[in-house]
Amino acid sequence: MPLSREEVEHVASLARLGLTTEELSLMQDQLSSILGHIAVIDQVDTAMISPTAQVGSVSLLLRADVVTASLPRDAVLANAPRQQDGFIEVSAILDVVNEETDS
Amino acid sequence: MVDQNGQKSPVASGYEAVIGLEVHAQLLTQSKMFCGCSARYADAAPNTLVCVVCGGFPGALPVLNQAAVEAAIVTGLALNCDIPRFSKLDRKNYFYPDLPKGYQISQYDMPLAVDGHLEFASGGQTRRARITRVHVEEDTGRLVHRTEANGSRVSLIDLNRSGVPLMEIVGEPDLRSPEEARDYLTALRQILRYIGVSTGNMEEGAFRCDANVSVRERGGPLGAKVEVKNMNSFRAVERALRFEQERQTEALQTGQRIEQETRGWIEDRGVTMSQRTKEQAHDYRYFPEPDLPPLIVSEETVSGLTSRLPEMPAQRRARFAQQYGLAESESMQLTAERTVADFFETVAQSDGVDRPSSAANWIVNDLTGLQRSRGLAPDRLPLSARQLQDLLDALEQSRVTVRAAKELLPQIREGEAVMMAAARLNLLVLDAAGEIRDAVVATIAAFPAAVADYQGGKHAAIGRLIGETMRRTDGRADPEEVRRVLEEELIRG
Repeated sequence: MPLSREEVEHVASLARLGLTTEELSLMQDQLSSILGHIAVIDQVDTAMISPTAQVGSVSLLLRADVVTASLPRDAVLANAPRQQDGFIEVSAILDVVNEETDS
Repeated sequence: MVDQNGQKSPVASGYEAVIGLEVHAQLLTQSKMFCGCSARYADAAPNTLVCVVCGGFPGALPVLNQAAVEAAIVTGLALNCDIPRFSKLDRKNYFYPDLPKGYQISQYDMPLAVDGHLEFASGGQTRRARITRVHVEEDTGRLVHRTEANGSRVSLIDLNRSGVPLMEIVGEPDLRSPEEARDYLTALRQILRYIGVSTGNMEEGAFRCDANVSVRERGGPLGAKVEVKNMNSFRAVERALRFEQERQTEALQTGQRIEQETRGWIEDRGVTMSQRTKEQAHDYRYFPEPDLPPLIVSEETVSGLTSRLPEMPAQRRARFAQQYGLAESESMQLTAERTVADFFETVAQSDGVDRPSSAANWIVNDLTGLQRSRGLAPDRLPLSARQLQDLLDALEQSRVTVRAAKELLPQIREGEAVMMAAARLNLLVLDAAGEIRDAVVATIAAFPAAVADYQGGKHAAIGRLIGETMRRTDGRADPEEVRRVLEEELIRG
């Protein structure tokens, strides 16, 4: 099941990966090979097997709705590339931004 | 399912809108969805309610909040949904600076509640719209966009909102007009407030609505679906949908094709604008959340939550009209907020008296007026039930006049006994035997002409004397009592 060049480029852009031409070719081959392997597994007749989302048999344990301490802000911001007034600062993410607007 | 209710936009005759709404409501939990950070972020300084889980630090593991799950199930039950025994959480993958993990934990194909419906009043009729599903997910952080002194633009991230529990309520495209959409939203918000799962406050972002709108020739095949976002009030929803309905109708009438796209509502300009296409649904690459096992919802959980459901607004409205003999409009007003409905029922049957109509009158006419003038929220009344009960008692026992009660009402202080307030303001009815008689005698002495008229057979002259006596008692006397004492004195005189 070969993947097209466009599909690989699309997946790379979704993952925010900037791939060189060589890397794109490499990924196209490798991803196609992985999908080919899955296609083989897909031939197994699973009609009698109930679908599963998880391999563990544990049901989800829930947490009581109780507030616990948060991290000190310095710790939260310690790895931020830039900060400003207690916020994490990043490059503007919209083409048109309004001053001090919320989103 | 839902018929056209006869309201036609000027351009829309022959065409109809097909509208489905998606509502995101913040759940009123104490802590966040997957960690113990406080979910009450409104007044917190930026990034002070953040831990390794909601901050998206590598390796941190989520633990689901039971209250959030229960709130979504209760909502599903209130919306007549089925609650599947088996549910799971999924990852929705996309990159955005307000999403620190690079994915949102949501629910894809096995939500907590499915296949319900909501009945609501619209255009004088009861409508029904189907509910597709109710699922839980986590909120994102908040972005503030700022232009620096040097002109460069930055975005600032506050993660306090990151991980706050949200519930998404997806409705089927059963709505046929902007008015119907507004009425549906109003009814939905009312239910969420009744069951106490959300404030439903749109302006504060606790209740958000996106709409799918298409226009078709009446009865014809569905048109291309346009998603409308960024509507921040009930009025904005109605305006945006009307704009979109008219835009699409005009396009169809002039033979244009409607693009399937996402459009944002621009409030100050009153238009929707095309937004750059975000990633398509299949690009979110949903997959089962590996950090959270599936959720088994037991029969006991569901029956326990069912028993906690309060009477719903529509049922309560019908019961009020029937049980208390209230007018439709009064029942509507009294049941709009659960606290007001509870308040009414407390006062309607209190102190051994059945007085629903006076209780309803005072709440609908006087308390809500005072509530508005004081800028109180619709669920906050300016008096306690005890205070209104005491006021009604005082009226029934003729200890205050209706006029004095109306004057007294806005001056009763919080927690103050009504009779104390009446005494403080000198609004208690005078004792008939004492002060009233003194005032009557003084009036008779001061207005011999009117007295002579009365005694000469012009009985209407007593009106003047009653008025004068009332003035002498600063309006505190019961006018009927004044008349009685005057008549006694005039006959005697």
